[in-house]
Amino acid sequence: MLIINWLTSLGRYLQLMGRTFSRPERMRMFFRQYVREMAQLGVDSIGIVLLISFFIGAVICIQIKLNVQSAWMPHWVSGYVTREIMLLEFSSSIMCLILAGKVGSNIASEIGTMRTTQQIDALEIMGVNSASYLILPKVLGMVTMVPLLVVFSTVSGIVGAYATAYVGHIITPTDLTAGMQHDFNQWFFWMGAIKSLFFAFIISSVPAFYGYTVDGGSTEVGKASTDAVVTSSILILFSDLFLTQMLS
Amino acid sequence: MIEIKDLYKSFPDKEVLKDISTTFESGKTNLIIGQSGSGKTVLMKCIVGLFEPTAGDVLYDGRSFVTMRKKERTLLRREMGMIFQSAALFDSLSVLENVMFPLDMFSPDSYAERKRRAEFCLDRVNLLDAAAKFPGEISGGMQKRVAIARAIVLNPRYLFCDEPNSGLDPKTSLVIDELIHSITHEYNMTTIINTHDMNSVMGIGEHILYIYEGHKEWEGTKEEVATSQNERLNSFIFASDLFRKVQRAAANE
Repeated sequence: MLIINWLTSLGRYLQLMGRTFSRPERMRMFFRQYVREMAQLGVDSIGIVLLISFFIGAVICIQIKLNVQSAWMPHWVSGYVTREIMLLEFSSSIMCLILAGKVGSNIASEIGTMRTTQQIDALEIMGVNSASYLILPKVLGMVTMVPLLVVFSTVSGIVGAYATAYVGHIITPTDLTAGMQHDFNQWFFWMGAIKSLFFAFIISSVPAFYGYTVDGGSTEVGKASTDAVVTSSILILFSDLFLTQMLS
Repeated sequence: MIEIKDLYKSFPDKEVLKDISTTFESGKTNLIIGQSGSGKTVLMKCIVGLFEPTAGDVLYDGRSFVTMRKKERTLLRREMGMIFQSAALFDSLSVLENVMFPLDMFSPDSYAERKRRAEFCLDRVNLLDAAAKFPGEISGGMQKRVAIARAIVLNPRYLFCDEPNSGLDPKTSLVIDELIHSITHEYNMTTIINTHDMNSVMGIGEHILYIYEGHKEWEGTKEEVATSQNERLNSFIFASDLFRKVQRAAANE
């Protein structure tokens, strides 16, 4: 029964995506929505991304320096590990898990409320492809903005690490810089960016599906919002596993 | 004109509509009435295509909606306007932007022309002053009037109203009824109103279809309602004491 339900949901999701990825009726309306979604979902997330990344960068640096680094390790280890963690995992995967909570619940509740207040029915009656009009700008807006957020996150994490050096005096700036510059592999940056594109698609399309298929009132919207965040997070974790193996 | 032919609609656990046939003529306010759960909303949704009928057909001026291809349906939908029970205005858009929305989507006109048309429709429902406000900032009655303006902005041939007076006080309900009635005659639209508001029935009901437990129980005009011998219709229409008193007073006169 569980498998049948899962397959039914997958089928409905694919059908919805089929309707979503169709040519917009009016390009000017699409671009207006696209810019609005980039601002609402992406630009409005910059603050939380910078804040969390800053502190995580600082904490990773402190943990490695105080609890991992020992006398027999090179002096640049803390900076090196901080950079690699930020680039390879935190700024792409963990940051997208955080965004799944913030943006995912936003998308599911917004579209779910539109469903329960008949706004989606109103679009359909007008002859508008509601899936394409509502979901496509969100998906493309997220796919555009999330790689940029990954860059902001990485930079903010590194700034956080430097804060431990200049403000906390946990590590010397010279050692940190040496670690940050040691054996830099540019592909790691691109790997994070490529992974984030997949995660951005999950973060936007899965909550949109849950919101779009809400049936009922405010309780169901709340449940859809929670389910959307849980499902997106699980999908991000699974796809992270496969993408990391594929891209490494 | 909209014709309903032998319409059935079933859900996995229940048959909601059974063998409904009727004709809704243009230039008239056609009312679908019935108790809650009788199938009015399902019938309306079948007519506008939000539900697929299990059997039967819906003809829009002879064009079969059921057998129509998807693209033809989309084009036909641009000839429809609908006023929802909850008004269904877009929260993120201002009143003017809500009314301009169908024009923005489908009209080839310039921005100035589209804005002029939207302002004309807002003026028609006496809401030009509220153009810059957002739906959350206006009353329920005003929201319904904005929904009417949005529904008529593309000059539709068919207007559907799902319980337009729901949640409104009697005075505002009269304003909404009069507005829908006058617009119907002004633009010669085929208007179908789904209601259980007896003021609307006796006020603007030019053709009334009474649905009882999913089937057509009675149809006629508002004048015929008062003299009908149909017990189910009478028990529905005159369920309130007020209407009984009005009926008695009318009989005494």
